[in-house]
Amino acid sequence: MWEFLQNLFLDYTLRTVTLGSAVLGIVSGALGSFAVLRKQSLLGDAISHAALPGIALAFLITGSKTSLILITGAAIAGWLATLFVISITRTTRIKTDSALGLILSVFFGSGLVLLTFIQRQPYATKAGLEKFLFGQAAALLQSDLITMSVLSTIIIFLVFVFWKEFKIFSFDPDFTASLGFSVHVLDILITSLLVIAIVIGLQTVGVVLMSAMVVAPAAAARQWSDRLGVMVILSSLFGAMAGVGGAIISSLTPRLPTGPTIVLGISAIVFFSILLAPNRGLVWRWVAEQKNRHQLQLEAVLSDLYILARQHQDLEHGHPIEVLRTMSIGHGGVDRTLKELKSMGWVDRKSDGNWILTPRGWEQARQMAERGAITE
Amino acid sequence: MTITQLEIQLIAVVVAMACALPGVFLILRRMGMLSDAISHSILLGIVLAFFITHDLTSPFLIIAATLTGVLTVSLVELLHRTRLVRQDAAIGLIFPFLFSIGVILVSRYGANIHLDTDSVLLGELAFAPFNRMVIFGWDIGPRSLYLMGGILLLNVLFIIFFFKELKLATFDSGLASALGFFPSLLHYGLMTIISITAVGAFDAVGSILVVALMIGPPVSAYLLTDRLAILLLLSALIGAVASILGYWLAHLLDASIAGSIAVMIGLIFLLVYLVAPDRGILAVVRRRHRQRIEFALEMLLVHLLNHEGLPEAASECHINHLTEHFHWEESFAQKVIRRAEREEFLGRREELLLLTDSGRERAQKSLLK
Repeated sequence: MWEFLQNLFLDYTLRTVTLGSAVLGIVSGALGSFAVLRKQSLLGDAISHAALPGIALAFLITGSKTSLILITGAAIAGWLATLFVISITRTTRIKTDSALGLILSVFFGSGLVLLTFIQRQPYATKAGLEKFLFGQAAALLQSDLITMSVLSTIIIFLVFVFWKEFKIFSFDPDFTASLGFSVHVLDILITSLLVIAIVIGLQTVGVVLMSAMVVAPAAAARQWSDRLGVMVILSSLFGAMAGVGGAIISSLTPRLPTGPTIVLGISAIVFFSILLAPNRGLVWRWVAEQKNRHQLQLEAVLSDLYILARQHQDLEHGHPIEVLRTMSIGHGGVDRTLKELKSMGWVDRKSDGNWILTPRGWEQARQMAERGAITE
Repeated sequence: MTITQLEIQLIAVVVAMACALPGVFLILRRMGMLSDAISHSILLGIVLAFFITHDLTSPFLIIAATLTGVLTVSLVELLHRTRLVRQDAAIGLIFPFLFSIGVILVSRYGANIHLDTDSVLLGELAFAPFNRMVIFGWDIGPRSLYLMGGILLLNVLFIIFFFKELKLATFDSGLASALGFFPSLLHYGLMTIISITAVGAFDAVGSILVVALMIGPPVSAYLLTDRLAILLLLSALIGAVASILGYWLAHLLDASIAGSIAVMIGLIFLLVYLVAPDRGILAVVRRRHRQRIEFALEMLLVHLLNHEGLPEAASECHINHLTEHFHWEESFAQKVIRRAEREEFLGRREELLLLTDSGRERAQKSLLK
């Protein structure tokens, strides 16, 4: 463990990988929150696939593999793809899902053409572009890391500056427009930031799986909070955790591609969140449901006894358990419920085995009746 | 053209048609991205089945992969039904997860078998003819041609048999279930068909091109027709044309065939998007322009009718008043007036515009509208 920590700070590759993946997770987590809230979860998929021809073309034109150049190419292609999707859905009856699928596959296909084209060219530096398919964190350089960090800082800064605008725009675009903001400009700004956030991560996670880094951290964070600020911070945190964990594991294990490892990490976080998040989580909901059901059973038996007592005009007149069972057919668990009511001191069992309401139980049931919870 | 080239094109055409047919229902049901999800996650099924059978040609692979495709759809629905995430987010969560497991298995344990992630993702149509179908020692053609031919036949039969049901469930699923057609059963039937097609096509063309072939041709055809039967035929045709053109583009550039077919699909869509009668961009722009002039013309005629013969007519019907009153650009006003004169709705006395009889009639008619 100590050795590992030492490596983390001293080993060049490990340090670069860790920091790079952390940056990627933070930015995609933050921007992904807005994408998921704006129902654009799959736009990230289209953008990341569409970046491939941009990367290939940037390399073909400049012959350089500097990350800033490749990222610029990727961003332009991703941005163009988004523009196409928006204009197709605005001007025709084609729906968003079809437009996304079309643009994603056509852009990716043209990227493939360019890639195979590059492979057959006599360049010495051509190798390594394939790593953009599934990502290769171990190949990150210090210079890549600097580019990523600078771009990320700009993105986070802009999100911070336009926080209020992004917030109302994500939840209520019409209201935003009525306040006098240009919805168009905000849309372009937030989408551009998403594009940059995605292309930053391509080198690490790859184009095929980068979309998961947009959707998953945000979907997980959404379960834990109803506040946008908390959600964005949590989402960044989850993204960073999955990114760092996945990148380290994959660089320490032979033949373990980075992208898929990171995706498995973030999927685990999503799974955990969906099950266990307070209030919204499935386990939480199940417990609450059981509690409610229990409460309803108690009230049902109490109200049955109350109705019987009123019919007989006598609090001391006992009622056999069979009657109560018949009255609450379909609820079940009458025996257990009676026992519990007895321990609460609301009902009592007479010496002949019949059940009666205690004065306290009577008072309790009367209050329920006043609330309208008992109908005779 | 060599026999191998012919075989490649034949396979490409059959794959394209097999994909385009069920793709029509995907885009009509707004589930286009499910093709993306299915075509990725079937990798897991293929890999797992391969580890069991150690035979890439085993039919068990196709069954396992098809099951994974259907499983993907069910998992997406399950996740969506918890109401914790939206449907699109559910798609974006499930398929990267399943695909990642598949990719990791291939890279960890697939080193000494010829199953690598690149070929899975990208496919290589050029190698498809090397895998031959041999019966009793006779070579009767490429194996994938028979496989995809069978899948194409299955898709055609499915659509013919359930045409009425599919149509109803696609356009009005409420009515379909009221009439007792079980739209959800049909939905899973369709998803099974999509999965089988994706599995068959995936081997030859890779998972991304499956998406291009399933969505591209139907979307292009969707801008050309309103009739379901024609939509199906046209999609198959567009898919076939794109495959042949794509093949020759790849030949020309010495590049990936699958990628080139996707590019061709994109180009065909772009062409249709621009010039489709009625729904193309050019047609829409032209129609908008025509409607603008038409509307302006009626405004002008009604305006003239209102002020005709009244004291203010001298100023209201003055030609220079139009830019002021309607806030029209000078050139636009000229255009409208020329149009009105050409149709003999108005005449001009010096700078004054006067309605003709037919102009008056037209103005009254548009007032009544």
